[in-house]
Amino acid sequence: MIRRVLFALLLAAIAVYTVFPFYWALVGSFQSESRIFASPAYYVPAPPVLDSYRQVFSNATFVRALGNSVVVACATTLLALAAGSLAAYALARYRMRGREATLTVILALTMFPQISVVGAVHTVVTRLGLHNTLAGLVVSYMLITLPFTVWVLTNFFRSLPRELEESAYVDGATPLQTFWRVLMPLSAPGLVTTGLLTFISAWNEYLFALSLTVTDRARTVPVALANFAGASAHQTPWGAIMAASVVVTLPLVILVLVFQRRLVEGLTAGALKG
Amino acid sequence: MQSAIRWMWVALGCMTGLWGCSSPAPESAASGSGASARSRPEIIRINVDPIARNLALTEQLAAEFTSATGTRIEIIKGPTDATERLSQYLQYLGAHSPDIDIYQIDVIWPGVLAEHLVDLAGAFDQERAEFFEPIVRNNTVDGRLVGIPWFADAGVLYYRTDLLEKYGLSVPKTWDELGAAARTIQEGERAAGTADFWGFVFQGKAYEGLTCNALEWIASSGGGTIVDADGGVSVNNEAAARAVSRMAGWVGTIAPPGVTTYQEEEARQLFQSGRVAFMRNWPYAYALTHSQDSPVHGKVGLAALPAGPGGRASALGGWQLAVSKYSRNPEAATEFVRLLTSREAQKRRALEASLLPSRPALYDDPEIATAIPFIPQMKEIFLNATPRPSAQTGARYNEVSTEFFQAVHRVLTGEQPPDVSLAAAERALKEVLGRP
Amino acid sequence: MRRLSLEARQSRLGWILVSPALVLLILVGAYPLGQTFYVSLTDARLASGRPANFVGLANYTRLAADPGFQASVANTVLFTVTSVIVEIVLGLAMALVVNSRFRGRGVLRAAMLIPWALPTVVSAKMWNYMLVDTYGVVNDLLVTRSGLLETKVAWLAEPGLALASIIAVDVWKTTPFVALMLLAGLQVIPPALYEAASVDGASRLQQFWRITLPMLRPVILVTLIFRTLDALRVFDVIWVMTRGQSGTESMATYNFRQLIDFQKLGYGSAVSVAIFALIALFVAAYLVVLRRWREAEMS
Repeated sequence: MIRRVLFALLLAAIAVYTVFPFYWALVGSFQSESRIFASPAYYVPAPPVLDSYRQVFSNATFVRALGNSVVVACATTLLALAAGSLAAYALARYRMRGREATLTVILALTMFPQISVVGAVHTVVTRLGLHNTLAGLVVSYMLITLPFTVWVLTNFFRSLPRELEESAYVDGATPLQTFWRVLMPLSAPGLVTTGLLTFISAWNEYLFALSLTVTDRARTVPVALANFAGASAHQTPWGAIMAASVVVTLPLVILVLVFQRRLVEGLTAGALKG
Repeated sequence: MQSAIRWMWVALGCMTGLWGCSSPAPESAASGSGASARSRPEIIRINVDPIARNLALTEQLAAEFTSATGTRIEIIKGPTDATERLSQYLQYLGAHSPDIDIYQIDVIWPGVLAEHLVDLAGAFDQERAEFFEPIVRNNTVDGRLVGIPWFADAGVLYYRTDLLEKYGLSVPKTWDELGAAARTIQEGERAAGTADFWGFVFQGKAYEGLTCNALEWIASSGGGTIVDADGGVSVNNEAAARAVSRMAGWVGTIAPPGVTTYQEEEARQLFQSGRVAFMRNWPYAYALTHSQDSPVHGKVGLAALPAGPGGRASALGGWQLAVSKYSRNPEAATEFVRLLTSREAQKRRALEASLLPSRPALYDDPEIATAIPFIPQMKEIFLNATPRPSAQTGARYNEVSTEFFQAVHRVLTGEQPPDVSLAAAERALKEVLGRP
Repeated sequence: MRRLSLEARQSRLGWILVSPALVLLILVGAYPLGQTFYVSLTDARLASGRPANFVGLANYTRLAADPGFQASVANTVLFTVTSVIVEIVLGLAMALVVNSRFRGRGVLRAAMLIPWALPTVVSAKMWNYMLVDTYGVVNDLLVTRSGLLETKVAWLAEPGLALASIIAVDVWKTTPFVALMLLAGLQVIPPALYEAASVDGASRLQQFWRITLPMLRPVILVTLIFRTLDALRVFDVIWVMTRGQSGTESMATYNFRQLIDFQKLGYGSAVSVAIFALIALFVAAYLVVLRRWREAEMS
């Protein structure tokens, strides 16, 4: 009994620690400014005010940016997972000369501070004719996401037992059939986790998006958020910023709720015993 | 094997799909191929700080411009944070991008961006004398007028009319009076039960705003303007050290200890919640503190900042419009700048967006005086405003300002005594400016 | 003979599989990296038409004697070591909790990820205002409501406390990332191992030390690498909250200042290369450990 209570307390502590700031944003998004900054603070928005949400959804830039962000984050995730898992499979399973060197080079590409490469990435993207396009953002995000997916998936594939693949080979499957039919289903937790983290980093990327886009056509959510302005200069529209961050975080939460089963399947489903 | 290859094709298709759907879009004229851009030069893009009410007015003016000239205007929102906007502008201009024709630049940027901007001296030959002279001088780099003043800003003092009355005080004329009044009110209000009441707030975070604040303290104390008009480093002197250490003494006594982390909004929120007697801020706070749902509605007054042995000093702020050298249609862009900075447009901007005109003549306009009650005071403040030393330091201004505000911040947080900190700033500035 | 050709075939197939990722990375990454190295040897200014001069290693010799940069290195290393250790410990605890069975597990898993999902630019601003001394909610909770502290604290004003506050925010933000990575690692541990251990009468704690931790080692290491990489480049949180003052300047904020604020492209690039080198040092250390482990496993 005591252990259960302690466990519940631990759960509560985790929940409060992670969720309170979000709760605070939620409260702020439903309050008028004078209540947001009141002291002592108001912890419950009563009565809730919807002005901030109205402001957010009447902001054409933001609405368009939401769509752009969905496209960019999905495309980045798919591309990074596709290219990353193929590479990771080879790097994890095949005897290749220069395997470790390749992994190191891939990692090295992501060790510069982003601010120092953004100018040159701008040049590359412009040369490719992708300046101010969503495709330009997706391509540039490979620099941020691919090293991560390759490394994590290589590591993940290595941790999987070889027995199943070997039995597939014995049954006459080609290496790629083995990869696709045997390894992929086993890797669900790894793929979903990597995909989720890749999605979030593309969803939240700011610095590249700021300088590789010019107009609303290609702008993503973080850039649109930075363009939220109040009625007068210097003023920060707190309510609207909070409402917008609630709006952009909810899809991710839903995504996790949808995929969370996948996060814990895999080996536990008894695949190994089969 | 096959399915994996199919998978790669899907990924590739994804990419080319993105590629395809985005590049031939009509809007991409300027960014994509040069040929299609030349065939449709009738669009001018202006990148602005999207202050809501000013944005609405700019959209109206753009529509009027389009119906008069046939040239379309696209208004692009830039980041509200000035540093982020500068970083974006440098990226665009460094790449000689023709995407943006008109940039909204800070009063301290002309020196940094001048080489990318069109000289507007010829086009504004007639009008330039109608703008505030200090701002025009500030925007002139090596004889080239690179920005037209759009709207102006200057530091002012906010006070609580009700509290001054309650304690029988008048609006402080000097910094010493301000300190005394702040103390009196703070002690009184705390004794009356408001435990966390404070006397004075300002912008003390280590950022450009602190340069403005500290420049005001120092210049009004007779301590100069960091770098002299002729480029000599004057930051380290006794008057400056006295001014900064007075402020450091106020932090934690009559100003909250966290004031060294405050920007404009933190100061305004605290003042607006009714727990501060005095505040240094920009004129934007006036309308907000007077809004209906403001706890201090109807209890706020605005005055010039206090004086010291060096007289009054108010940091000059505000925004300019500049035309990019890489614009495909600089003539049309210049004409749109002319419209946006015109007398009529500035009057509407004052009435509809409460932004202060950059033309002195408008300060005597009775309509504006009714809409913005403090405007007559502002004329005097602008005529005597203290520009930050951006003209004499040019492209090095940000380095100068950073060394300065970091030095002041170290004093405010008690990390270093003023003489040590200012001496370090002096050494650093001499090195930055190459002046032994 | 036959075996050799099989290996050659495998190797060729391997390179074909790696090539899409490599091509993409080289396409976007090679020029920017080369450019940064090259520019660090010049006195180029950002967005300036003035031709740059080749100055050799002058930027690096200046950097070696730059007290501002040295301070930022010290701050960043302190920040990285502290925050990464705390994140790994907390992240592991979190992963173990949400990996066990209880009602509402799915919801907690989703909730756990919120800090990582909130855009950093926004969450840093939010913490900034939650930490304001006068009307911030943190002081409201700790002083006004609960009386845990006697007076309101200016969290971001005092040197020392400011860095600690920023570390706390970073831990809040990135622990979910760690937890999620480790959760995925926990999934690959075959349940049979635990079953066997239970049969042998091993306690939960023994199982943790003998099975969970060793099996998680590779995942922990990769997580460490990427967390360290990010922590050594920390920028947003610090830029928004303190602008690098009160002893919180990081290498990346220092870099940003030189590169963007001051437009010193040459010098700023030298700072970037120095950051790269420092990160490489950390990563090399990790890789040595990784290789040792792998060799130990093989034998």
